[in-house]
Amino acid sequence: MASTIKGSRRRGIALHAVLVIGLLLSAFPFYWAVIMSTHTSTEIFSYPPKLLPGSHFFENVRHLFDNIDFFGSMLNSLLVAVSVTVLVLFFDSLAAFVFAKFEFPGRKLLFALLMAIFMVPAQLAAIPQFVIMAKLGWIGSMTALIVPAAANAFGIFWMRQYMKGAIHDELLDAAKLDGAGFLRQYWHVALPVVRPGLAFLGIFTFMAQWNDYAWPLIALTNPDNVTLQVALSQLNGNHGTTDYGMVMTGALLALVPLLIVFAIGARQIIGDLAKGAVRG
Amino acid sequence: MTTLPAVEKPPTVLQDTPAARPKTGFRRYWHLYAAISPFYLLFLAFGLIPVGFSLYLSFHRWDGLGSMEWAGLAQYQYLLTDSDFWQSIGNTIIIWALATFPMIFLAMVTAVMLNSAVRFKNVYRFAYFLPNVTSIVAIAIIFGSVFSTNFGLMNALLQAVGLDQVAWLNTPWGIKVAIATLMTWQWTGYNAIIFLAGLQTIPSDLYEAARIDGAGPVQTFFRITLPLMRPVLLFVLVVSTVTGLQSFAEPQVLLQTTANESTFSGGPDHAGRTMVLYFFQQTFDNNDFGYGAAVAWGIFLVVVLFSIINWRLVQRRGEA
Repeated sequence: MASTIKGSRRRGIALHAVLVIGLLLSAFPFYWAVIMSTHTSTEIFSYPPKLLPGSHFFENVRHLFDNIDFFGSMLNSLLVAVSVTVLVLFFDSLAAFVFAKFEFPGRKLLFALLMAIFMVPAQLAAIPQFVIMAKLGWIGSMTALIVPAAANAFGIFWMRQYMKGAIHDELLDAAKLDGAGFLRQYWHVALPVVRPGLAFLGIFTFMAQWNDYAWPLIALTNPDNVTLQVALSQLNGNHGTTDYGMVMTGALLALVPLLIVFAIGARQIIGDLAKGAVRG
Repeated sequence: MTTLPAVEKPPTVLQDTPAARPKTGFRRYWHLYAAISPFYLLFLAFGLIPVGFSLYLSFHRWDGLGSMEWAGLAQYQYLLTDSDFWQSIGNTIIIWALATFPMIFLAMVTAVMLNSAVRFKNVYRFAYFLPNVTSIVAIAIIFGSVFSTNFGLMNALLQAVGLDQVAWLNTPWGIKVAIATLMTWQWTGYNAIIFLAGLQTIPSDLYEAARIDGAGPVQTFFRITLPLMRPVLLFVLVVSTVTGLQSFAEPQVLLQTTANESTFSGGPDHAGRTMVLYFFQQTFDNNDFGYGAAVAWGIFLVVVLFSIINWRLVQRRGEA
């Protein structure tokens, strides 16, 4: 008896040992970025490689700010990510409420169309999008990033699934008896009960927008007015072979807002995403 | 990063207007149509019309400025014989395979271990998920330094154990391995957490019954766990295929410092030029909008074909 307990404990320790190795592998690139961002290029180019933090972080930060408009780009990224998140939360939840709780002619067809749109890959529309936006005069400005992203099929689908389960018909009926119109039902009855679903969609949208790269790279034609990801890529392209410490500092600092958002919403994101995948 | 459609329940029908004032047709439902209209208007302007226009464009020659010239099927004919396009398909599939198979294996192993480790589960889930939310640009820059020929960590490790150094980002295989490693790192934890959620839906009495019948852990895994996990495995495989075959930022950022002619060229010998990189290069470097559109449709076809093949393979193994 005692030996099996000891055996299972030993197995438990071995299990955690392997899991911790995986955890270290997950975390290592972040640690490596910290190491690189605290050394000068000369130190980085020397052998053996540095494995402990150095003391040149602020020097690298100064070089970074001299080379790119870090805060300007970060403001652009924030502007885009926050605007898109607010618009997506409003438009998607409003449309989802309609699809989840109301019957009207064409409902099935419109929803099927929505699901089909889900599957269209981005580059099929990329060239005409670029042409249309050039005609509208949006190329080079953040409008080109915000407007097309203001509502999306994934968010409507996600919120509809959530609302079907969370909003009880009795609640809506009661509101209707009290004389609440459509918008008041949406705002005062539906939205308060689906807050967790909105939180997931909001965090997910913010992070996706913050990280978006391909379209901003094409649409933001003025190199002095770009988002953080594009600025970072410019920095890497221009200095990536010479001033590694500075480039790495930029990469590290660009991750900070994202890590904060993720730390706030991690439980929600991880739990909901996993649930969504299994339900299928 | 999407979720699969859930099982449809019959819609709950609510009578929206009191029967006392009957309205008909559009007047009765206009507020519902108005509420869903923003998405459909945006889709019309930035989705449907562009996709239709890109099909039209693929039959024309156009540099984006001058007048369009009818080309018929010439661009598609050229696409079929374009060795650069075929090379980019090969690159993409090799990178996808190098990333996906280790990733699914590692994710499954991690999930099974997480499922049996009771303590600290949330700490592990948080840490394993972290790589997936970080921006590809930052991560590609960091991996670029790990795989750097002169001072990279990989070569330092090789040197430390007495092996020859590898010019990772300057050789065809080195480039592919570096990109695939980045992808594996970014997606293993994400998929492990999805597998874990699948594992948690398997009733424990099934395992109990297997144990009583004398099945070992390996037998239990192949006879019980794997068959019941097939839907989740399918989900992971399809998502990995669709995202993996459209990889762009990873090779673009990783190879932009070693690229010779343009930042979309995919490094020495174009060994890291994926299909989507080739699309960007043709379209926005060469300003060949017509051919770019044809390339985009070619990519779409490859992705659809590949997804169907994957789907079939996993389904058929299920029947056997």
